Amino acid sequence: MAKNQVYTKSYHPYHSPDDPCPDPGEKHYSTPPHLYMGFQPEKLPQFSPKEALQKGTLWPALYDPYEKNQKLKG
Amino acid sequence: MWVYEKKLQYPVKVSSCNPQLAKFLVEQYGGADGELAAALRYLNQRYTIPDKVVGLLNDIGTEEFAHLEMIAAMIYKLTKDATPDQLKQAGLADHYVNHGEALFYSNAAEVPFTATYIQAKGDPIADLYEDIAAEEKARATYQWIIDMSDDVDLNDSLRFLREREIVHSQRFREAVEILKEERDRKKVF
Ligand SMILES: [Fe+2]
Repeated sequence: MAKNQVYTKSYHPYHSPDDPCPDPGEKHYSTPPHLYMGFQPEKLPQFSPKEALQKGTLWPALYDPYEKNQKLKG
Repeated sequence: MWVYEKKLQYPVKVSSCNPQLAKFLVEQYGGADGELAAALRYLNQRYTIPDKVVGLLNDIGTEEFAHLEMIAAMIYKLTKDATPDQLKQAGLADHYVNHGEALFYSNAAEVPFTATYIQAKGDPIADLYEDIAAEEKARATYQWIIDMSDDVDLNDSLRFLREREIVHSQRFREAVEILKEERDRKKVF
């Protein structure tokens, strides 16, 4: 999903030619949407009540589902 | 006072017979950044924070108990049918020796809960910054438990709990903004 490009960032730790394990590549970390929101603006779009109960938030702008091993895959 | 609703905030379903996941989940039960610590921290801070954000601490502190109850349901479901041998395999032998099948407030490494995990500094900004940090740490713990788990249904509930931490953090950040504005207004008048 495109959201991962927005709500995760990555860096590549130095990997020495002498390091015994293969280079796992990029490390990803979460930067969820609330870090950028400041005071929540009024009248943002909402999920339907049913969807909101399932997702854990009423606000698409705050929705950031975490996928297993996102740290590795971004 | 509280009004109790006899249901979980979000359904908890466990699809794999894997008591080891219970060992990981205990981190969010009685660990430093777990739901018990969160609930106790926020509800206690209510008394010494400006009126405008008391309600927020009250609501979030209350919700944390609902999360604690979800974690308890997960741990219970993952361990209730396990034999002592299976619990041993899952790394829960120490727990079993001390507590049998009972749940207990400790972290994933069996360290018992302590009030030193939480703080009340009596300074509204210091307390809210601690609360924001606590939410981000709880969010991260959920990420790492999801990484450790192949249980699709369990991960669905954990993803819900992680999303709630995001919303809580957002609200605490807004609380800081409210208190900053309040100070500015007093300067003007
Ligand atoms: Fe929370």
